[in-house]
Amino acid sequence: MSEAEVKNSPATSVAAPKAEAKKDPHAEAKKQRVVTPEYMFHEAPRTKEFITGSEAAKEAIRRSNVDLAIAYPITPQSETMQLVGVLYGEGYVKEYYRGEEEVGVMAAIAGGSRSGVRCYTATAGPGTLRGLEGIASWPGHRLPAVAMFTCRVVNAPLAIQPDNIEVAYLLNCGMIVFHAENQQDMFDFTMAGFIISEKNDVTLPVGVCCDGFFVTHARGYVRMQERGIKLPPREAYHGAVPVLDAENPPARLSRDAPVQKSNFMAYNIHAVWQQEVWAAVERSRKYINQYMGGLLTAENVDGAEAVIIASGSACAQSREAVRICAEKGIKIGLIKVRSLRPFPTKELRELCKNAKLIVVPEFNIVGWLAKEVATAIYGYSKAKIIGGPRVYGGQSMPVELIVDEVESGLTGKKSTNVAMSQVMGGTVNQDDVAHFMRSI
Amino acid sequence: MAKRFNIRMAGVGGQGVVTGSHILSTAVINAGGESTIVPFYGSEKRMAPVESYVRVSDEPIYEIGEITFPHIIIIFHPQVITHGKSYTMPFYFGLKEDGIALINNDGPMNLHKDQARELEERRAKLYYFPATKLSLEVAGMDLATNMALMGCIGAITGLTTMAALDQAVKDRFLGKGFVVSGGTAALDSVVERKFKKKQELIDKNVAVIRAGWNYAVDHGWAAPSVKKVEAPAAAAV
Repeated sequence: MSEAEVKNSPATSVAAPKAEAKKDPHAEAKKQRVVTPEYMFHEAPRTKEFITGSEAAKEAIRRSNVDLAIAYPITPQSETMQLVGVLYGEGYVKEYYRGEEEVGVMAAIAGGSRSGVRCYTATAGPGTLRGLEGIASWPGHRLPAVAMFTCRVVNAPLAIQPDNIEVAYLLNCGMIVFHAENQQDMFDFTMAGFIISEKNDVTLPVGVCCDGFFVTHARGYVRMQERGIKLPPREAYHGAVPVLDAENPPARLSRDAPVQKSNFMAYNIHAVWQQEVWAAVERSRKYINQYMGGLLTAENVDGAEAVIIASGSACAQSREAVRICAEKGIKIGLIKVRSLRPFPTKELRELCKNAKLIVVPEFNIVGWLAKEVATAIYGYSKAKIIGGPRVYGGQSMPVELIVDEVESGLTGKKSTNVAMSQVMGGTVNQDDVAHFMRSI
Repeated sequence: MAKRFNIRMAGVGGQGVVTGSHILSTAVINAGGESTIVPFYGSEKRMAPVESYVRVSDEPIYEIGEITFPHIIIIFHPQVITHGKSYTMPFYFGLKEDGIALINNDGPMNLHKDQARELEERRAKLYYFPATKLSLEVAGMDLATNMALMGCIGAITGLTTMAALDQAVKDRFLGKGFVVSGGTAALDSVVERKFKKKQELIDKNVAVIRAGWNYAVDHGWAAPSVKKVEAPAAAAV
């Protein structure tokens, strides 16, 4: 089927199948056959559809052999989990229910994962923060699962608009964190997330973040495998961590938890445990390379006058900035960071070693990506880093702001749009560095 | 170089600002181009401000969100300027240098001298286009004002064809792939009753689009490649 045919086909995989009398609603799901992750991600033919980010997540779940999905509504994620509920009706997801609220949902995901099944949930903004106690405990309990975060404003005053400041909280949980640029990433990262999450030397939860509304509620082209194939099921009995046996609960473990004693050994056990969690994050790199084609993508970085480093929707905006700069005769490279945890430190050091100017546009006020980039390449690059432009609270990011930062960085003129263009680099003056350190 | 236009449309509730942007967007895609739209409105009610943002290009569009710095602004109703019925004030805020302001009015408006100066400073091209008058003349009703404007902008950008616009109108009124809000659906049924037959409705709308397209060509606004189209004589009823 050509792309034109796909585009004009009235039937999309998103539409619910027409119900006929007495037809088994699970018939289609039962016919799905298991394929290897390698076939699914690298070989299976794909066709292109024009769907929303929520629909892309739904289609990923359809092909991911998910056992348990737990929903709790919060904008802009509600539609996603509602669509996953449709999959439950069609038999693609084995169990599905609505939790009490996010504390309960995250606890139930922990229980589900510990009992050995493949789990999925999604939340956003204040929901993420409400569930964060549970989420932050998943890595230490070594629980594979995938959670989607459709980022929105978390700060008061209340707003439901896009703003990805919640990613800053997730980065320090010990989980794996991906940041999707568009609907295609939502689809690919979610599916790869399950497989990477369940690798025995990883055994960690994966968070797939995207910028709410811009990705969830907007349509984009997504290339997808046929609906009749799915990933292999989770094989918990071959997993690194014993499956919780509800008939023979590990009573001794909970009675005699060593970490509850205040002595050197207890502290040491906990410290080693944390080290192992972060070592597992490191070990996931090879699988991210294998299944997702790398922690980052880089375009036209060699010989570029400036490099934009971005993740999520800021990356989509940056693609247009690159185009406008090209029209002005300025050669710009673009690095898209896909994986925030683990962070592509070595890759960035290599790519940025000759860079003169780095611009990091973000959809949040704190500039978590600029901090990550500055930390990663410190001592490995003499590039001036501009932490900006930044928009937040639901603002769109005009592409012109990014172009302005690039031009200000190249010419030394003050950028017109960001009050504090934050600068750091090997040869810049100490006042600039001090200003940067104060501002990030 | 990519042909790229970021278009901000401002009008008032009931004029079909969002419908118009859907038609233009669909028509550009029908003609093999790329387009995205972002509608933006508060409460849906007659004469309340409405904005819609349309990006059209002959290359992939990655950008998301509202358009702050448009190449083209379309003003559907003079009250957007005279009464400030707009989310963006003044109406030309953010217009790029050498940009185009297509304004639905029967002739040049008396702008405040500061506004006129600022528009001159950014070398804005002001195209006063009697869209409502044209709609009344060609279709016998003012509700096709948006169609006149879309025909006009279709010719100005040169990124779609009359055939693709025809198809977009058919898609719109034959209900393929369009999602309309409750208010718009109610308005549709009023319009349909008025015209009895959908085909007649489509014909009138297409006639107005063609008239708008030709108006742009006649006034030298159209892209160099754009030619006049045959205008069906749809007499006013």
